[in-house]
Amino acid sequence: MAGKVKWVTDIEKSVLINNFEKRGWVQVTENEDWNFYWMSVQTIRNVFSVEAGYRLSDDQIVNHFPNHYELTRKDLMVKNIKRYRKELEKEGSPLAEKDENGKYLYLDFVPVTYMLPADYNLFVEEFRKSPSSTWIMKPCGKAQGKGIFLINKLSQIKKWSRDSKTSSFVTQSTKEAYVISLYINNPLLIGGRKFDLRLYVLVSTYRPLRCYMYKLGFCRFCTVKYTPSTSELDNMFVHLTNVAIQKHGEDYNHIHGGKWTVNNLRLYLESTRGKEVTGKLFDEIHWIIVQSLKAVAPVMNNDKHCFECYGYDIIIDDKLKPWLIEVNASPSLTSSTANDRILKYNLINDTLNIAVPNGEIPDCKWNKSPPKEVLGNYEILSCTFLHGPGARMLMERGSYDEELAQGDGADRELRSRQGQSLGPRGGRSRDSGRTILTTWK
Amino acid sequence: MTLTVLKSTSQGSWEKRILKSLNSMCTELSIPLARKRPVGEQKELLNKWNEMGTDEPDLSLFRPVYAPKDFLEVLINLRNPNYENGDSLSFRTHLGLIQVPLKVKDIPELKEFFVELGLTTGQLGIDDSTQVPPELFENEHVRIGQKVLAEQDSAAAQQYIRQGSPTALRAELWALILNISSQPEDILYYEQLKTNVIQHDLLVDSLIYKDVKLTASNDDYYFVFEDYLYQVLLCFSRDTSVLGHFAYNSASPPKSYIRGKLGLEEYAVFYPPNGVIPFHGFSMYVAPLCFLYHEPSKLYQIFREMYVRFFFRLHSISSHPSGIVSLCLLFETLLQTYLPQLFYHLREIGAQPLRISFKWMVRAFSGYLATDQLLLLWDRILGYNSLEILAVLAAAVFAFRAVNLMEVTSLAAAEAVLADLSTLKVMPLLQIFLFATVT
Repeated sequence: MAGKVKWVTDIEKSVLINNFEKRGWVQVTENEDWNFYWMSVQTIRNVFSVEAGYRLSDDQIVNHFPNHYELTRKDLMVKNIKRYRKELEKEGSPLAEKDENGKYLYLDFVPVTYMLPADYNLFVEEFRKSPSSTWIMKPCGKAQGKGIFLINKLSQIKKWSRDSKTSSFVTQSTKEAYVISLYINNPLLIGGRKFDLRLYVLVSTYRPLRCYMYKLGFCRFCTVKYTPSTSELDNMFVHLTNVAIQKHGEDYNHIHGGKWTVNNLRLYLESTRGKEVTGKLFDEIHWIIVQSLKAVAPVMNNDKHCFECYGYDIIIDDKLKPWLIEVNASPSLTSSTANDRILKYNLINDTLNIAVPNGEIPDCKWNKSPPKEVLGNYEILSCTFLHGPGARMLMERGSYDEELAQGDGADRELRSRQGQSLGPRGGRSRDSGRTILTTWK
Repeated sequence: MTLTVLKSTSQGSWEKRILKSLNSMCTELSIPLARKRPVGEQKELLNKWNEMGTDEPDLSLFRPVYAPKDFLEVLINLRNPNYENGDSLSFRTHLGLIQVPLKVKDIPELKEFFVELGLTTGQLGIDDSTQVPPELFENEHVRIGQKVLAEQDSAAAQQYIRQGSPTALRAELWALILNISSQPEDILYYEQLKTNVIQHDLLVDSLIYKDVKLTASNDDYYFVFEDYLYQVLLCFSRDTSVLGHFAYNSASPPKSYIRGKLGLEEYAVFYPPNGVIPFHGFSMYVAPLCFLYHEPSKLYQIFREMYVRFFFRLHSISSHPSGIVSLCLLFETLLQTYLPQLFYHLREIGAQPLRISFKWMVRAFSGYLATDQLLLLWDRILGYNSLEILAVLAAAVFAFRAVNLMEVTSLAAAEAVLADLSTLKVMPLLQIFLFATVT
């Protein structure tokens, strides 16, 4: 019996509401029986908190995982990635291999990061190794570029020192915890301007990992010319690409909003740098998205009522290496330009098509394998190692064909130009890729 | 059919108009056509050379010297006074705006001319789409392109690029075809032009500024390269070597006279030094090139060569087959001959097709097509050494949207149907129009 899906949201954005309405869904309130709740991150905390005693039924879906912050809080993301790398290293996985300088060959995609004040001393040691470096301080719990500043002198962060008399306040409240990361001061510039990439990634389940990347991501350009000069460290218009900040710059343009499509970026890079290095760059971007998800998969509460659409922020340096800066649980649904509005509307549309099959009342027990036709602008991200840097590494070791043979055929087809849906998995379960690792010598 | 008449009168009076407009702006605003910059200002400009876009001079009083639609009015009023009634019979039934009976190709002749665009030949822009396995065409085509580049064979490159250029090879292929190699003397020449810009301020600089701010800065694709555009165009207007193209251009460069010496040839200077007065949209000739070249002197050389080979023909009056007059006539003739119903309908409702397509052709479609499509189109301009493809594409676009256009009842509505070309794929459109339409 197909009743109409009942929806609730606490985010009043037209790109959301228009999508619900066009499916003929019915708006209800939180206290009524609902099937679909697009909630803000504050609300998800309440829904899954121990006190709330909320039990979601099989026909209810929400748009966040209960402990998404393992990925979306800057300090926890780094912690999880570090833990993941150490585990791989302990297992002797080739993925965790390091070069002669001790840098991970395949898993070095987050800039060196420390928590403050907890790792203050470790940070100081690192800072002294390259005293002319610039570091970026970010509050763990804030978004939209709030509270971020750059430093190039230890004195600028004295108050986070553990020995400092003021530190007692800082250590108590997690709200004032900061991460400090090595600032990428050689970003790839286009037209002399710095930019970052915003990519949308949908995760329908963590175990097995099923993730999709939206093909229509975009680049956000700073309005002011990039200069690594120290005099401009305070000028946030030069350094931060968040639209929330750029929007207030004098030169912000409301037609294009300082944004480029990822396709433009691809065309530009292929034309000026060549096809192979561009392909390698995009492969690596897919790789780091998947690795970051694998890193948090073991600690994620893989609640079957949940899906999530993340906003990944990535910076490319002038050697065409991508760096993961952060992952957002609540990517902005505000539109700064007409193009933007269309993009976000389509993003939500395609997301709903995957998360709520056929637009009908959901059943959480479904296998979360959408058919190829509903993907829209999403493409499947392969969660095996048969692509990108992982593939190259396997080929070097001569284990690529072996790995391919053990695969369930889905990846073989993924390699061809036609996309293929993941389909039902073969005999072996893919538990965050661990089973692959154990078959290697 | 005398061409000298076209050359001397129409182009001449058009030039006089432009110059008059420039001079009056100069007088109204009390700004000299040219002045030497004080040293302090020179230093400032040198520091800001890479970010002139952040400058916000007051440009509100500057108007573009002319816009494409002004130029169209001039072309519409062109007449050949030697035109006899006995001339081209078919021309008497020409119902378009252009009233000059130049010879243009018909579809059979175009099919022959553009034979490599035929249905049985592989094309980039069609046969490299994701549904087509790359072994069928793309891989081999790339391999051949690499070979052509390795052998530095300019003629072969020109032939090769008729089927389109792979994105990774395009920058080098265009340079090869245009015979641009960045020698030290070329870089030096560019630096010299840059020095001229630093030392002297020209009135046209403000026009260039304004044009970039109005067009490229608002463009989804090209806004990123705003600063490069100033670096190229300001130097371009001081480049006297560009004057050379006037030898084969029916136009002549505007002249200005040192104060008090009006009419005395010894005191005549070309103004601007390169003889080219920019119009509204001029910067869009440069913008797409920024996707290919990020080194300023190379970008400059490529643009200059593209200009003196092709783009100048789009805003000067001549009888050349790639000149804008011929292109307009070709467009109108194609439409009237092969889509007569559409043509008559649009004419009836006061929407002469050329009024809509003119701006596309004058800009070589820059700013109207998506960049990857535009580059595929410009590949063919280079490959065939002709701008006729612009007229054919314009007609193909009308053919593509014919169904919607038949339903409109006003010029404004017709403009709306054709306002957004950003989703068009040019090669299929061209192929279908030339090779797959039953005529």
